[in-house]
Amino acid sequence: MRTLTDGTLIAGPAAARPAAASLRFSWIGFAALLVTLLTLVPLAFILWVTVQTGWQTAISLIFRPRVGELLVNTLLLELLAVPACAVLSVALGWLTERSDLAGARLWSWLCVAPLAVPAFIHSYAWVTIVPGLNGLGAGVLVSVLAYFPFLYLPVSAALRRLDPALEDAAAALGHGPWSVFFRVVLPQLRLALCGGALLVGLHLLAEYGLFVFVRFDTFTTAIVDQFQSTFNGPAANMLAGVLITCCFALLALEMLARGDERYARVGSGAARHPAKAKLGRAALPSLLMLAVVTALSLGVPFYTIARWLWAGGLQVWRMDEIGAALGHTTVLALGGALLATLAAIPMAWLSIRAPGRLQRMLEGCNYMVGSLPGVVVALALVTLTVRYLLPLYQTLATILVAYMLMFLPRAIISLRASIAQAPPELEQAAMNLGRRPFNALWSTTIRLSAPGAAAGMALVALGILNELTATQMLAPSGTRTLALAFWAYSGEIDYAAAAPYALIMVAASLPLTWLLYVQSKKMAGQ
Amino acid sequence: MHPALSALFGSTLALAGLILSSQAMAQEKRIIVYNAQHESLAKEWATAFTAETGIGVTLRSGADSEFSNQIVAEGKASPADVFLTENSPAMTQVEQAGLFAPVDADTLALVEDQYRPSGGHWIGIAARSTVFAYNKTKLTEDQLPKSLLDLAGPQWKGRWGASPSGPDFQAIVSALLQLKGEAVTSDWLKAMKTNFKAYRGNNTVLKAVNSGEIDGGIIYHYYWFGDRARTGENSSDVELHYFRNGDPGAFVSISGGGVLASSKHPQESQAFLKWIVGKGGQKVLREGTSYEYTVGRGEPSNAALVSLEDLQAPKIDPQTLNSRKVTDLMTDAGLM
Repeated sequence: MRTLTDGTLIAGPAAARPAAASLRFSWIGFAALLVTLLTLVPLAFILWVTVQTGWQTAISLIFRPRVGELLVNTLLLELLAVPACAVLSVALGWLTERSDLAGARLWSWLCVAPLAVPAFIHSYAWVTIVPGLNGLGAGVLVSVLAYFPFLYLPVSAALRRLDPALEDAAAALGHGPWSVFFRVVLPQLRLALCGGALLVGLHLLAEYGLFVFVRFDTFTTAIVDQFQSTFNGPAANMLAGVLITCCFALLALEMLARGDERYARVGSGAARHPAKAKLGRAALPSLLMLAVVTALSLGVPFYTIARWLWAGGLQVWRMDEIGAALGHTTVLALGGALLATLAAIPMAWLSIRAPGRLQRMLEGCNYMVGSLPGVVVALALVTLTVRYLLPLYQTLATILVAYMLMFLPRAIISLRASIAQAPPELEQAAMNLGRRPFNALWSTTIRLSAPGAAAGMALVALGILNELTATQMLAPSGTRTLALAFWAYSGEIDYAAAAPYALIMVAASLPLTWLLYVQSKKMAGQ
Repeated sequence: MHPALSALFGSTLALAGLILSSQAMAQEKRIIVYNAQHESLAKEWATAFTAETGIGVTLRSGADSEFSNQIVAEGKASPADVFLTENSPAMTQVEQAGLFAPVDADTLALVEDQYRPSGGHWIGIAARSTVFAYNKTKLTEDQLPKSLLDLAGPQWKGRWGASPSGPDFQAIVSALLQLKGEAVTSDWLKAMKTNFKAYRGNNTVLKAVNSGEIDGGIIYHYYWFGDRARTGENSSDVELHYFRNGDPGAFVSISGGGVLASSKHPQESQAFLKWIVGKGGQKVLREGTSYEYTVGRGEPSNAALVSLEDLQAPKIDPQTLNSRKVTDLMTDAGLM
């Protein structure tokens, strides 16, 4: 417990009541440990199944040509799409943050907005416009358009915060603008680029619907195929094992690339706002580039949805079905968001108030498991509940737990930021005034971190709104979310009947995306 | 608490309560159907059945083998009351696990003998024919494959497609396995792997044939009829080739229905099955938009279809089709 209490015990009255304090810490530590153990279940389960399957079978299922094919597909996808997203995001980020581009604020919002369009709706739109679109090229194109905002957000925020003094110094030493960019600006974007690239890379591993539309096979699509042919057969579980390995490889790669250099300014004072670069003759081509990106990432989906809505007329608005789907989605999204946020509180609190080695390890586990694709979590929970926890099988509880496991990191990150802003002295004062530990924590820090909790809930809800595979595999019979309904209709090539669901999903995601955008501006102090 | 947060808390709890209580209220006289049939067809059946009998039907959608394996894994605790498939191998799997209740005798009497297994633990509810859908601007009749096995030949490389992840195609492979044995099937699948293009869903194969991406594809007949009946958008350039002559490619697949022995509502479940193979359910097949064949005695199929007798399908006892062997062979061939 010592490491947990370090840095939180302040001298004076608190020290006089060590029993209460340690009780509180152990209680929270225990809760965090419990949540972490829960997050490790899918991972442990796939490992256990591998052992159960027997090495002979496991090896024959893992080392076969099909797995090689999927590995090549996945590697090529990551190698092409992630750098493309990075280059695009840096270019767009620089234009919207550091140049005198006309309408920069509007453009920067338009660069984030594609996030409001679920990835599988991006590819539904593209397949409508170019019916023959398929394979690696198609997969890369659509994933870049759907996922580049995950990189654009941190990169543009970093660009906004950069201290121009460094660039001035480099320029004074005789470096030209390009040289300054590559030698001074780009290195400072390293953290943002690594974090964003990791996020995009993990999404590519987990994505299902996008790649089904453009007929590009990845581990996730292959696992779903296996699941639909054999339910929880060993082949599906072995593929899941390989997919987990890919995720961990990405995490390790990111850790290596991130490095441990220092990026903060030294000394007192604040960085001044950088001057905007004059685009001059490049202004028109720059505007053109932004217009093209917006047309491809927002124009195509909106045009397609409008086209199908027009073609389908009023009869595609089957309000009873749509109403039910909206209801189910709302319950799952709110329930999952609430559960994930509650589960995130102990971990987030520990990481701010009691940082230490144990806490870092627990937190690391949470993030690691949060990076697992939904299909892996779902496969583990299906097998586990059907074999050992039958009362929980196909219940609301199980699907909510799956959502919690998948989206816990989103809740932790948001909560942590706002707990950090709540003064610890308030908790202490509340305790000194006689509140019980839990009560003291609740009435001070947790109340103050409500905005962060709300942002976290919104992020989790956004994830659940777009979730397809885990919902399909785990939800109680009769559940029909917007995403499931969209998927069922588009599977029958009834694109018109799918369109209202696409529209509602985008409409529901837009305000959440707006929240993300505003949040990223706030973090950069604007 | 922060007002926004408490509003969220409150509304979540209220909604969850609402859903739970409405589900609990509807719990009486409501059966759960694991449905691998087309959702639109199953929904039509369920809605009409509920309207007639007042018995509620909750559909869970999935694929044939997904559900058969799932039911076997769930065992006696399965929440399912009724299992409906597109093809028969999945039914056989559940039957072999001893999880079906015998189908009521008067229900069995409603269906022609050749469309149900002799054991009487499940029953045919509809039928479908394998076809080679081809693009008429790219292939003439004399260029068509004579047999399903021809598609393994090098002259077909890159020119045809199928949906290997779907139960329909897996049922066709199970027929091939039954008719020609494991060695031929395995070789054919390996040749297919190098020759064909993979799609997900028969509709998608049809669409690709129509656009000329591929010359032809192996699908079931009714996707074409369904599309022609709507806008023809995905089938205007497509014609159907029936293999006939008892070829594996002329396989007629039987969709099955069965009641789980563990069902908590056995009477309602048997009533649902009886309704599907009776007048009402078969009428939906004949007059609705599914274009699948009827199997009920004295219940003619949709007049637009080539009659079942003319298809010269190979004679296969549906009970002998093996789904697990098929997915193993397909996994070995690298198709899954």
